[in-house]
Amino acid sequence: MAAINFGYTISKPRAIDIDRNNLRKSDEILHEMPELQACIGCGSCTAVCTAGNLTSFNFRKVHTLVRRGEYEGAYEEMNKCMLCGKCRLVCPRGINTRGVAMLIKRKLGDF
Amino acid sequence: MMKRNSWNEYQKQIADDRYYYGRSCIRQNFFPGSEKAFIDILRGDLGKDLLDDPLHSSCTGIGYHSDIVPLETIMTVVARQFALMGEAGYENFVTSCITSFGVYTEVLATWAEFPETEERTRENLFKATGREFRKPASLAHTSDVMFHFRERIAAQAARRLVNAATGEPLKVVEHIGCHYAKIFPKSGIGGSEFPYVLAGMVEAWGGECVDYPERRHCCGFGFRNYLVQANRGYSIANSHKKLESMAPYKPDFIVANCPGCAMFLDKWQYAIAEMEGTTYGENGHGIPVLTYEEMAGLVLGYDPWELGMQMHQVDVEPLLDKMGVDYDPAAKYLGRNGKYIGKPASAVVNCSATDTVYDIRE
Repeated sequence: MAAINFGYTISKPRAIDIDRNNLRKSDEILHEMPELQACIGCGSCTAVCTAGNLTSFNFRKVHTLVRRGEYEGAYEEMNKCMLCGKCRLVCPRGINTRGVAMLIKRKLGDF
Repeated sequence: MMKRNSWNEYQKQIADDRYYYGRSCIRQNFFPGSEKAFIDILRGDLGKDLLDDPLHSSCTGIGYHSDIVPLETIMTVVARQFALMGEAGYENFVTSCITSFGVYTEVLATWAEFPETEERTRENLFKATGREFRKPASLAHTSDVMFHFRERIAAQAARRLVNAATGEPLKVVEHIGCHYAKIFPKSGIGGSEFPYVLAGMVEAWGGECVDYPERRHCCGFGFRNYLVQANRGYSIANSHKKLESMAPYKPDFIVANCPGCAMFLDKWQYAIAEMEGTTYGENGHGIPVLTYEEMAGLVLGYDPWELGMQMHQVDVEPLLDKMGVDYDPAAKYLGRNGKYIGKPASAVVNCSATDTVYDIRE
């Protein structure tokens, strides 16, 4: 094939296609931690996150992506969590967020 | 079931005769035969009066949409076109370009909403050129005019949009330019959600429209998306999304009413094929992309090379064969007076991948 350098490539869509994503791991996580379904996405967890204060770690973003079947890099991201548990103190829905961090690491080590 | 009345709101009055023709500034390069075909069809086949005025200029829409030309300036340029039309004794403006159509509609709506801007424009135009203008009695895109006469064209048709071998209607993807009815939904036939302008032509001439998921998605031409090279990946991604979505329906060709859409859906197929090796048509070829003038021209029996179809990136021969159009393959790259205009290098989009790799045809 002719290798032409156009100076750009076809941008990948940023839309998440839940029909195409494999939701098995996501379902497992929600099965073990059903309270995560109560998340309203307020972002308080991320706002108080000590790790997020110093790095680009964003707990809300990671667990939202995981729930939608976007697992790539989630394990590495979650390793930035220091398990301090401040997020759990502020969660208005009382979700065991530290447990969520541990669960995602346990389930998605292979991804 | 209750009858929908809202449909009536999305119809528009299209003048029957005496048009002032506003050309597109980029179309002459991309699809050079199309505007000529429109003039020939209107004057020759339909016997209408159409003035192709050499004095009129670009509407400066590209500059306007890329933030180079300010609103005041573009309103004055538009006012000058209207002044020229009035001086020539016409009052029905038809424009060949979708962006121009959007610009004229937007300027007229601005003047209606804020009369002081119209006064200021009159003043600017008079100071700059000494001209005065009257607003057009009707404003239409050339595809509206073609739609208006679709039944007459069907009556005069030399062939229809059917597969000559099987008699099956051709499957057509119709793509409407965003500036046609997405800015002012009531300025287009059928509005922005159910635009009927191209579908009406396709159905009247025997074809069948393909309804695919991304039917109303933009082609990616939007000026800001492609003017800067770094953004073009986003631009091509739009066409890519549409092509991926339409390919399973196996369309025979795509027809568009916007200069940019027809060009991008055509040329991006080349770029996608070179980048990824993916083609979307039959037998590893691309899907031919036609303008509505070319489609009308083929229906009326025009010679495809007269319509400028040799300038397409994706070869149109498979479609011509399917429609049973007689054409001279040897005359493809002969321009005016039989002068050889040069042959493009082979491309993945026009031959299956193995042909390109092993150069079997050369």
